[in-house]
Amino acid sequence: MNVLGFVLAIISSLLIPGIITITKAKMSGKKGPGVFQPLFDIARLIRKGNVYSTTTSVIFQIGPIIYFASVVVALLFVPFGQYKGLLSFDADFVFFAYLLGIGKFMMIISAMDTGSGFEGMGANREALYSMLVEPIFFILMGSLALLTHYSSFYDLFVHIHYDSYLTYLIAALGVYLLLQIAMVENSRLPIDDPKTHLELTMIHEVMVLDNSGFDMGLINLATGLKFALYGGLIANFIFPVEWSLYAQIVVFIMVNLLFAVAVGLMESFRARNKLAKNPKWILMLSSISLIVFLCVIEITQKLL
Amino acid sequence: MTKDIENTLEIKNGQAVNLSEIPVLEYQEFHALVLDLLQAEDVHCVNYYAFPHNDILRFICCLADDRTQGIYLLSHIMATGGGLLKLESLTKYIDALHIYEREIWENFGIEFEGHPWLKPVRFPHDRYNGDLKVNDYPFYKVESEELHEVGVGPIHAGVIEPGHFRFTCNGEMVLHLEIQLGWQHRGVERLLLEKPKLLQRTILAESIAGDTTIGHTLAFARVMEGLSGISVNSRLDAERAIALELERIAIHTGDISALCTDVAYQLGTAVFGALRTPLINYTQDWCGNRFGKGLIRTGGSHYSLTDELIQRLRNLLDDFEWRFKEMADKAYSLVSVENRFDEIGTVTNRQAKLIGTVGMAARMSGVKRDIRHSHPFASFSDIPYVPVMLEKGDVYARYYLRRLEIEESINYIRKVLDNKRYFLSEATSPVPETNLNLSPVSISVSMVEGWRGEICHCAVTDEQGKIIHYKVKDPSMHNWKALELSLRDLEISDFPINNKSYNLSYCGYDL
Repeated sequence: MNVLGFVLAIISSLLIPGIITITKAKMSGKKGPGVFQPLFDIARLIRKGNVYSTTTSVIFQIGPIIYFASVVVALLFVPFGQYKGLLSFDADFVFFAYLLGIGKFMMIISAMDTGSGFEGMGANREALYSMLVEPIFFILMGSLALLTHYSSFYDLFVHIHYDSYLTYLIAALGVYLLLQIAMVENSRLPIDDPKTHLELTMIHEVMVLDNSGFDMGLINLATGLKFALYGGLIANFIFPVEWSLYAQIVVFIMVNLLFAVAVGLMESFRARNKLAKNPKWILMLSSISLIVFLCVIEITQKLL
Repeated sequence: MTKDIENTLEIKNGQAVNLSEIPVLEYQEFHALVLDLLQAEDVHCVNYYAFPHNDILRFICCLADDRTQGIYLLSHIMATGGGLLKLESLTKYIDALHIYEREIWENFGIEFEGHPWLKPVRFPHDRYNGDLKVNDYPFYKVESEELHEVGVGPIHAGVIEPGHFRFTCNGEMVLHLEIQLGWQHRGVERLLLEKPKLLQRTILAESIAGDTTIGHTLAFARVMEGLSGISVNSRLDAERAIALELERIAIHTGDISALCTDVAYQLGTAVFGALRTPLINYTQDWCGNRFGKGLIRTGGSHYSLTDELIQRLRNLLDDFEWRFKEMADKAYSLVSVENRFDEIGTVTNRQAKLIGTVGMAARMSGVKRDIRHSHPFASFSDIPYVPVMLEKGDVYARYYLRRLEIEESINYIRKVLDNKRYFLSEATSPVPETNLNLSPVSISVSMVEGWRGEICHCAVTDEQGKIIHYKVKDPSMHNWKALELSLRDLEISDFPINNKSYNLSYCGYDL
């Protein structure tokens, strides 16, 4: 049954981009494209051949594949209720984080490989924000590890018991933080604007300006997968392991749908940050993760 | 001062005078007089150009005085035969004149000694030296290991109009921005001379800048009316003012929408974008073109504002006003939007005066430049327009000024419509002229406040009443410099919203 979570995550990864688009369109009074439009776009891209600039090397060609692979492998770690992920071992969340890091690193150096001033700029920004966002994830997961005395995703989520107000607070903050991490990692509002056409303001989009065809298709697929990755983690946070399998399947899908709608809503009614304010925004998220840490210290009585 | 003015010829906006009435001065005298007149805050140069005629290069300088509603015309001449031509630069003392001297230098090879920034205006290199290519444009360079250059364009990310932007950056910070234009030089001024028919010329004037169709065509029509001595009736004046203000409201609304796009505020993008449509659709109903092509014609109009159209205009404005207010109340108080626009790209009052910004770009930093107010034309002389002013000069000021100007323009259109004198009379607008008899050896200067700012057209005729020189000046000529200054010490990622907040014309500059 371990594979069930993986399959569900893949399915939701295909739908999430479409749902975000529809939500945003509805919120601005437009009809919007169908849910499957992003998939059609990806299918179109995948059918096309790649065009490589003559200034690029092999790095640029393997970058998107490694990026995509890293996200898929990371997805194998996401547990599903009482079932472990396909891969699971102690401290796997560290492995998970750096697996995604490898993918990102490849994208950054493949952007630098093009030699374009724009892409270097985007790579520089992406590296900065990824670096800043890393502590949030580790403080959150580390706090859970401290609370439960386990260190794999599966054990962390299985052994959280919602028995006090503080644990509810931890869950609420945890969900919020995972949502925001997903936004930063996927270069969405308020950090970045995936829809913009202005290269100078872009972060992620400008890094993939030179990618085309099959590679671009992979990058777009990876975006959906990354959302599903965090959607899956959020779902695990929320549903109790004791529930029946069917209830869990329903809740998992509902959580992923709501996650996509939430992203759409968050992007509809605000403007993006000034680029210089992004680090402050991410540090603010870090301080929220410290609140989780303090709650855990309070619960475990480690403070005294 | 009084003695100075005796050496000039004072005319009103849109007036034509005989060329021989303009005193021809020695360059020393001309130089001193221009500097002296420009000492006053209320005087600014609206045009300074040269044209060759009978082996003589004649320079005309038009200085607008906001106090007297007059335009001082000064002139000096120069023999063109051979040799290196040199003049002492005026820009050395008055920065705002840089663009005029650069243009004259580019067109006639006259070296302005002491000009700090003698660079091509529309050509990528010295136009007389065919060996030089685009790459040889003399960009300002800073030698440093730490700085890097970012070149953007000439193809715009949104594929609008072409312009090349060269940033000298320290990491994300911009130290200096230089803008190189001229990528779509169409030879408008030359074409205006080559095409003999009035209709051809009018259509050319409509295409000087597609988003300022009404503004430029109105300036053109008034130059022609001035030269042929036609005076239009007050009803036509009112219709023209309404068309001009409608254009302003429509473009400003579209720009607010575009500003929202650039900061990813999608509700604003969608709603303001949708609000613009009924406005330009109304213009289409009025004259058959959404941007007002065909509406402004010399001496008359093919599309009189009928009672039915007036009623629909009133309904449109009522409807637009509350919808606009509802959305603007949100968009102008949203913290994330304010946060994005505030304190970015500031052009101080002092800088604005130095570089001589005009129109919106001047009013946003407290410089009172509004032709509707200072040199009224059309119905603006009957029904005064009070310019809206802001002090701060940042992106938010430009964003906010658009809202205030929209509200003011709506009020103004209502005032015109309410004025019984214009529309209750049975008189319709006269039929436009097709053949003009232009007065010989004359010059006419016409200024119009387009939505970007002051548009100035000048035409000169010869002994047969044939136009021998036509000069167009779009407000963007001055305001591009303001964009360059805005970017100083700003993050490079803030460039797009600054650029959009000015929304300057590339083709109006390139001509």
